Amino acid sequence: MTSLFPANGALFLANAVNLAAVDYAILLIYVGFVLGIGFALKRYMKTSADFLTSGRSIPAWVTGLAFLSANLGALELVGMTASGAKYGIATCHFYWVGAIPAMIFLGVFMMPFYYGSKARSVPEYLKLRFDERTRCLNSISFAVMTMFASGISMNALAKLLHQLLGWNYDVSLWICSAIVLAYVLKGGLTSAIYTEVLQFFMIVLGFAPVVYLGLQDVGGWDHLKDLLGKVAANPAALELNTNTFRPDAWTSAWKPLLAGPAQNPMGVDVFAMLFGLGFVLSFGYWCTNFLVVQRAMAAKNMSAARRTPLIAAVPKMLFPILVILPGMIAAGLALTAKDGYRLPPKPLAAAEYARALPAVKAAVAMSPDAAFASVSAATGMKMSKEKVAALVKDSATLDEATVKNQLQEAVAENDYDGVILSLVKKYCPPGLLGLALTGLLASFMSGMAGNVTAFNTVWTYDLYQAYLAPNKSDEHYAWMGRAITLVGILLSIVCAYLVSHWSNAMDIIQLVFGFVNAPLFATFLLGMFWKRTTSHGAFFGLLGGIGTSALFHALSTSSGNALGIKGGYLWSLMGKSLADVPTRLTFPSDMAQNFWLASFAFIACFAITLGVSVATARTKTDEELTGLVYSLTPKIVDREDSWFLRPSVLGVILLFGCLILNIIFW
Amino acid sequence: MGLDLRKPIGFFFLLLGVILVGQGLLTQGDTEMYAKSLHHNINLIWGAVLLVFGLLMLLPAMLCKGGDGK
Repeated sequence: MTSLFPANGALFLANAVNLAAVDYAILLIYVGFVLGIGFALKRYMKTSADFLTSGRSIPAWVTGLAFLSANLGALELVGMTASGAKYGIATCHFYWVGAIPAMIFLGVFMMPFYYGSKARSVPEYLKLRFDERTRCLNSISFAVMTMFASGISMNALAKLLHQLLGWNYDVSLWICSAIVLAYVLKGGLTSAIYTEVLQFFMIVLGFAPVVYLGLQDVGGWDHLKDLLGKVAANPAALELNTNTFRPDAWTSAWKPLLAGPAQNPMGVDVFAMLFGLGFVLSFGYWCTNFLVVQRAMAAKNMSAARRTPLIAAVPKMLFPILVILPGMIAAGLALTAKDGYRLPPKPLAAAEYARALPAVKAAVAMSPDAAFASVSAATGMKMSKEKVAALVKDSATLDEATVKNQLQEAVAENDYDGVILSLVKKYCPPGLLGLALTGLLASFMSGMAGNVTAFNTVWTYDLYQAYLAPNKSDEHYAWMGRAITLVGILLSIVCAYLVSHWSNAMDIIQLVFGFVNAPLFATFLLGMFWKRTTSHGAFFGLLGGIGTSALFHALSTSSGNALGIKGGYLWSLMGKSLADVPTRLTFPSDMAQNFWLASFAFIACFAITLGVSVATARTKTDEELTGLVYSLTPKIVDREDSWFLRPSVLGVILLFGCLILNIIFW
Repeated sequence: MGLDLRKPIGFFFLLLGVILVGQGLLTQGDTEMYAKSLHHNINLIWGAVLLVFGLLMLLPAMLCKGGDGK
């Protein structure tokens, strides 16, 4: 345990929380249940299909919630709350403009091809529709991505346990990985799916009281709107943004967006939002990412498979209340500084404390400006002048622990990722605290389990069976599925260490996968709905799309960023500087740059696929493509007894619901 | 698959509900602790909610024994 416990019990400290016995009990019960579920499922794991694809036997409500949950890793939770604080209600666009339409499209139009074809995975669909090249490209990039995603999840978990409970990073990482290994090895994909559903309920039930209390504390929605109006007028007071915005910037989803990039904190224009995020990125993720599609493909029949994303869309629409609203509440609370609450400062690491403590001691003898400069340089972060001055003045009389606390308090950069935790710590007494924290930990572990189960399927069927060892017995593949699960966990751990040691690693990984994902939907769209798309078209289109992403990134920058990993490095290689980048390629924010990158990558992939397909001959006959392309697949007649269970009807109702939400929060 | 998920989930939340209700009852009147949760005994209240939720999951599952979990 570190000596960082504040003497006066202040709530703002980013680190350490005290768990009571009841909280540990809840955590242990959760671990017991996930292991128990895994072991209970063991006897149903007879074939490789049972282990890797659940043998297509799961009811729709389970696959629906797992579909949602697989995406709902803790990074999503943490990230959405962070965005809620930083950007306000505009964050809801990720859900209401992005995810919901994409999920509906998947359920109504695309699942028939994934589920109805003989494909056991998304890459296998690509092989059936096109050829091995496209499948290979997709499998390898997906496999690598899942390992990094899993590693990122586990790194975040181990770091959290370390910062929160003082547990050793390595021990936490290995023990949590061992737990995941145990239940996935026993029960396969079904284990992962079942625990994802459990995780879903834990998140909802763990966080709902926190949101309720937060909303009550801040005085209700209308009062929150007023507070956020004041935040928008002066975001710099909370270190949120250096510009000022219209009063409804944090509380109106569309008006600030329509007013232009300078008028909304996200800094995006409406085209980039609708096309880049709403269409390209969202459809690219929800419709083609095997991590989520795998859950739908595990459903027990076609009707259940089609309803899976639609069932998921219902809670998804309402999730902003649970994950985005807390961020907004935090911003409002921080403005009022009620009970001393502030947005959590970026945590200082041991190395930074080691440099800063002597700097504080030495600063006593300096002038206030020099002292401030010296201490700021030592921590490497933006600091608050007044707080540093006060600390330096009193430093001789304070003990080391208090100096450290005050140093942390003096940091003037926000740790947005810490916002949800700060709210949990603020409102949860022992008992509820255990529930909320276990929910958070559950979602981190689910992040690993979900990615590893997607990885082991793609490896076994799309890489191993396809290229390395075809025509072996099913027992062999079942064995391989288990063996690669262990390898997957170990690779995830390696990735976790990689990410924890190199701060840029996360940026680079997410960048590369952004490049790969952006054009993907164009390939699927043309493949599923135009029979004339050829294999050459698909492959070169995909390559062209990825290349366009990379090129666009190398040539564009966003305001506030230097040329380099955030973009524009081609200019510096050419000997130019930031000022030389054309204004067309300078974007108001990271997000804007990202959305435009996606838009261009999609258009490039679409155009190349189209062009090359027209210029090349088809390699597959109409019979071969039956069940894989819209025009060659018999229309599904929905024989549901109740009309409202038909996917198309559900889809329309959901879209309507989404529209209503957009109108309410206009 | 053979295991009806409603049973473990129902059981889990029933158990958690009992624990939280227990915690709530044990710490009833601890105003300092519950000042955090705006003077609601959130453990008792929410524990009761979890308990009900657990039962809502568990009972249909136990009643339609032999069913395949919908």
